[in-house]
Amino acid sequence: MKRAIAITAVFVALAGACTRTGPGDVRSSHVTITLLTHDSFDVTASVLRRFEAQSGITVKVVPVGDAGQLVNRAILSAGNPEGDVLFGIDNNQLSTALAADVFLPYTSPRLAEVDPPYELDPQHRVTPVDHGEVCINDDKAFFDRAGLAPPQTLEDLVDPRYRGMLVVENPATSTPGLAFLLATIAHFGPMGWEDYWRSLRANDVLVVDGWESAYYGEFSGAGGGEGTHPLVVSYASSPVAEMVFAETPLTEPPTGVMESSCFRQIELAGILRGTQQVEAAQQLVDFLLSTDFQNDIPLRMFVYPVTDDATLPEVFAQNAVVPASPLSLPAKQIAANHEDWVQRWTDIVLR
Amino acid sequence: MKRVAVRAALLAPPVLFVGLLFVYPLVRILDVGLRPGGRLDLSVLGDVLGDVGLRGVVWFTLWQAVVSTVLTLAVGLPAAYLLSRFEFRGRRALAALVFVPFVLPTVVVGAAFAGAGRSLAALFAAHVFFNVAVVTGVVGGFWSHVDPAIEDAAEELGARGFRRFTAVLLPLARPAIVGAATLVFLFTFTSFGVVLLLGGPGRATIEVEIYRQTSQLLNLPAAAALTLVQIGVVTALLWAGGIAETRSVVRQPVVSERGVARSPRSRGERVFVRATAFGLAVFVLGPPARLLLRSLRGPGGLTLSRFTELGNVRRGGVLPVSPLGAIADSVAFAAVAAVIAVLIGGVAAFAVARARRASGLRTLIGLPLGVSAVTIGFGYVVAFGRAPLDLRGSALLVPLAQALIAIPFVVRLMAPVLASIQEDVAENAAALGASPRDVLRDVTLPMASRAALGAAVFAFVVSLGEFGATAFLARADHPTMPIAIYRLLGQPGAASVGQATAMSVLLMAVTAVAAYAIGRVRVGPFGRMI
Repeated sequence: MKRAIAITAVFVALAGACTRTGPGDVRSSHVTITLLTHDSFDVTASVLRRFEAQSGITVKVVPVGDAGQLVNRAILSAGNPEGDVLFGIDNNQLSTALAADVFLPYTSPRLAEVDPPYELDPQHRVTPVDHGEVCINDDKAFFDRAGLAPPQTLEDLVDPRYRGMLVVENPATSTPGLAFLLATIAHFGPMGWEDYWRSLRANDVLVVDGWESAYYGEFSGAGGGEGTHPLVVSYASSPVAEMVFAETPLTEPPTGVMESSCFRQIELAGILRGTQQVEAAQQLVDFLLSTDFQNDIPLRMFVYPVTDDATLPEVFAQNAVVPASPLSLPAKQIAANHEDWVQRWTDIVLR
Repeated sequence: MKRVAVRAALLAPPVLFVGLLFVYPLVRILDVGLRPGGRLDLSVLGDVLGDVGLRGVVWFTLWQAVVSTVLTLAVGLPAAYLLSRFEFRGRRALAALVFVPFVLPTVVVGAAFAGAGRSLAALFAAHVFFNVAVVTGVVGGFWSHVDPAIEDAAEELGARGFRRFTAVLLPLARPAIVGAATLVFLFTFTSFGVVLLLGGPGRATIEVEIYRQTSQLLNLPAAAALTLVQIGVVTALLWAGGIAETRSVVRQPVVSERGVARSPRSRGERVFVRATAFGLAVFVLGPPARLLLRSLRGPGGLTLSRFTELGNVRRGGVLPVSPLGAIADSVAFAAVAAVIAVLIGGVAAFAVARARRASGLRTLIGLPLGVSAVTIGFGYVVAFGRAPLDLRGSALLVPLAQALIAIPFVVRLMAPVLASIQEDVAENAAALGASPRDVLRDVTLPMASRAALGAAVFAFVVSLGEFGATAFLARADHPTMPIAIYRLLGQPGAASVGQATAMSVLLMAVTAVAAYAIGRVRVGPFGRMI
């Protein structure tokens, strides 16, 4: 019996040792801070190491799934978070998270460098880090071969000539998917969007769970991808990414952007209420706005920096499509209807 | 007086444990689902059943379970007939093999069938693969006790070959078939991991929808209402299944298992035995073999690199830890869960074994089995997310949930053994003059420890592969193996899928070895296990 108790004690101690590394962990004099983010987060290793060396803070990056799951987990654990800082919430999800009181206010000194339109919360509970536009991408080679012009408008997509060509992400599980749904609502209005999606469904639109499966799994224009669909919901910057990642250098992007379909997305970061390390968390937020990190953003995550002093890489400056007037919806309207829209979309398209 | 005190002391731990970690979360789900605004409001339930989309989910859950059950019976009945009535070379090995899929973690089965793409066919194949053991166990177990003389008599009366099977064995086994079908329906009705991995975005069982409503839409009232719908259907089903089972009982002599199985006699029987045995072996071995092969296939031919690279954290990957780290975490969680399950379950089994009538405790302990793992995970989210029991982020939640799920198995494995010790050995020892304390220390505990070891291994395996509850509870920075596999499978690219298959193979190997070990310890009839 004693032995059983001893064994139990050892197991419990072991489990404790193995599992107790979360926020608030202090290893020797070092501070470790946990950054909760989505699966698409990326940073050049040397940039992160520079910050760690300067600040004495070790950053543990924890991907939590797509941005939707990331934010929902933060809401479910509000006040008792799984990390110290969250990066990757976007403008479309913001009001839900703010209502759940997930973030601590912090006014970074670096905010002075940020263009005012990107600042979405006057109380500074969230800090803008990057922005991008979600747009339909087309595979130029496919349309050349087919002798068909790529679609120019959202209306074109329901044309039988483009039947079975479009792949989109599920707005319940993917932020570009949600952004595209919002684009159709912004364009067709609260009365028209449902019929539009019924027509899209009739035109054989393919739905997948996330951007990576859509882009690399189903889109024919992705370098190294295996897909067969020549149209995909992706980003305005994806064609530039194709050039950067091309195995043989390209003179122009292999994919195009349908400018009239673009919807603006702003990604933000916030300090999670309940963290034990507010000061280190603030330093991490400052780092996300530092020139070093902001300059790193385009070629790592293929979205645009928000600070004025960031410089765009050459390949971006020359080839990127910057939509002149992206579609948008008032944040309040999104907050009030978001859940209902997604549910109705699910009923129309998936069931 | 002392007896009462002992009884109370034995009852307290399991009753408290199940009460706090199962009944309380369930009450909180009721609260969220039926009193969303603090006031009794049944409209959410109505909304769920009135919502076209959610009604579609309930409908899909039902019909896929019906189809899965029919297919499982179609594969399982010939297999049960083969394994219970015929003697042939490799019979024992084949019987043990058929049992293995049943204990494989759902994500491993999902990974094995994911190669065929996300389709209904893959989903049904996975469900049949999983549940054939239920049919061979329950129906085969029944047939292995049917007197061969009945069959001989039927043959003399002119029922030959296939006709003998349909006219005699099939009707006799009706209660067992109903019982097996009820179980298979229950398992596929509450299928989670397989549907999540193989169903695609448009297909969801109620279980999957509960998870989506929680993690993706954050609609807790809808999730709670769905949970209640599911509990209602499952309860009704178990009740109806129980009635159908008892109604269809045919009285007949029961003989010992020994001497029932015989060598095939006619040419037709020989063909049947060979074809069925071969088909069954391929069906059971195929998916694991494919999985193993895929884990060894690299860009440049066969390679072990998927396994040697398990120690690395992949840059830009979705795991915050190396696969090896996830394995270490999993093992620690499962070990703690197994210890808790055996301690609490052991005490409960002891109480069940001591008592003349323990149906109340038996029911309480068995409850978590009838309600799904997803319900438990979701229940913890709503129950332990606020004062007075704010356990969010606690590393203990995962092993506690896993232990709760493993406890019914532990009780069912240990209680019969303990009861037999109680009756025979202990009485003899007492008659020889040993004090009750001596009996406990020198006889009962040593003998029980063997059963406890078997139960611990089983609890460990169940916990290691647990997915439904853990999906809600595992911290993002400490994924367990099944969570890591699920995350990796959701990513495109050969590297992620390669890691997922390598981890699946490891998990499969551990499970298969443990299942084999339990089989060796011999834990009683299969029907008792589930």
